[in-house]
Amino acid sequence: MTDRTPTETEHAEHAGHHEVGHVVSIKYLTATCAALLVLTILTVAASQFDFTKYGLPEMNIVVALAIAVIKASLVCLFFMHLFWDRPINAYIIIVALAFVGVFIGFAMTDTFEYRADQQQYERVELKGGDSKDVQAKLLELQPP
Amino acid sequence: MSESQTLEHEHDHDRPWFLGHHWENPQQQFEAGKLGMWLFLATEVLLFGGLFVGYSVWRGNHPELFQFGSKYLNTAMGATNTAVLICSSLTMAWAVTAAQQNKQKLLKLMLTLTLAGAVTFLVIKYFEYTHKFDEGIYPGISYYQQPGETSHYWDDSTAAFAKTTWTMPVANVAPDLTMPMSEMSTVAAAATGPAGFNAGAFVTAEGGVAPIHAPTPDDATHDAAGEHADVDQPTHHLQDPLRPRNAHMFFNIYFMMTGLHGIHVLIGIFLIGWLLYRANKGHFSDTYFTPIDLGGLYWHVVDLIWIFLFPLFYLI
Repeated sequence: MTDRTPTETEHAEHAGHHEVGHVVSIKYLTATCAALLVLTILTVAASQFDFTKYGLPEMNIVVALAIAVIKASLVCLFFMHLFWDRPINAYIIIVALAFVGVFIGFAMTDTFEYRADQQQYERVELKGGDSKDVQAKLLELQPP
Repeated sequence: MSESQTLEHEHDHDRPWFLGHHWENPQQQFEAGKLGMWLFLATEVLLFGGLFVGYSVWRGNHPELFQFGSKYLNTAMGATNTAVLICSSLTMAWAVTAAQQNKQKLLKLMLTLTLAGAVTFLVIKYFEYTHKFDEGIYPGISYYQQPGETSHYWDDSTAAFAKTTWTMPVANVAPDLTMPMSEMSTVAAAATGPAGFNAGAFVTAEGGVAPIHAPTPDDATHDAAGEHADVDQPTHHLQDPLRPRNAHMFFNIYFMMTGLHGIHVLIGIFLIGWLLYRANKGHFSDTYFTPIDLGGLYWHVVDLIWIFLFPLFYLI
């Protein structure tokens, strides 16, 4: 504010100064950016990790989504000023996200009911030649 | 601008030029504008929310398509684009702070850097898309089994896997794409197909699309030797022996979601360009920076959506 150099007379004419918005310091912004970049590297590294060895086949999805949620929260809180804003703005976006969650949840209620049929469907056709890979896959898909 | 300025000043010399007549003070105007912007962002979340529902249901039903398809997306390019968007989000937030501190040069610099980031993102996306197009991967029905390709299918009557080879009925005749799929499966074949193709009939319901990438002699020798292209780093999804049925569905939803996001980036480029134009005219200051702030919010949402798209398509 101290180095204010109004170029237009309108700015100087402004009287009755109200605090408009919150000035976020560059420190917060660069720290947020650094955290986001580190988390990006982390999520790529985590995706290379084979959790199936430890009996956690779905863990890659969980880790990737957890990191994405943390990154999204950082962007909302600091880049988008929600940390300092009136709560009404955060409330709007949280309600929207909650309804997307309800939407996904309801749409997926029966998704895993048909797993056996889907596996049968996968089994119906496998493209490729007589390679070892295909033979191994066929063996794997052989019904019990 | 100058007209409204004059009008405002006729009424009240204390009112700043940017303050609408229906607002008490700049703070009230700013907060109301911001509230409206967040309501718009909520509709954006719901717009993409529908596509995320589609992704979730699709993936829940056919996880193998996503595990297969993600191998064919370039993680390095996706990660680079993520970093580009994060950095352009930083410069956008920095531009807001610069405007709030009335640092005109810094504001213009930061808006220019943000614009550069947005353009870089689309350039990288262009290379990714064109690479996919070169491989014959398009949204829609563009890639199915190709002539001469062998399939294994589960035959319920014999309770065993059977082999079949899809062949073109007549040499060099473009398939009729308007033919219903049910009819395709019963089309009788000509006595002899083109060289290298087995005589036979359409045996798969999905057949009938022109060959996109004919098998190369190199693939044939690999097949003969009993070893196919490296499964970890396959060069072409059609040559991947482990390609699951309907692999194209992954690319369909990939193009749909990244395409809609790309359109948002394009809109962002015009938006930031407009902000830069106005910043060059000196419209913004520590008392009036609402367009910078709201444009910034839009740009951060574009970043937010990519933060989810990147792991969902490229990583898992």
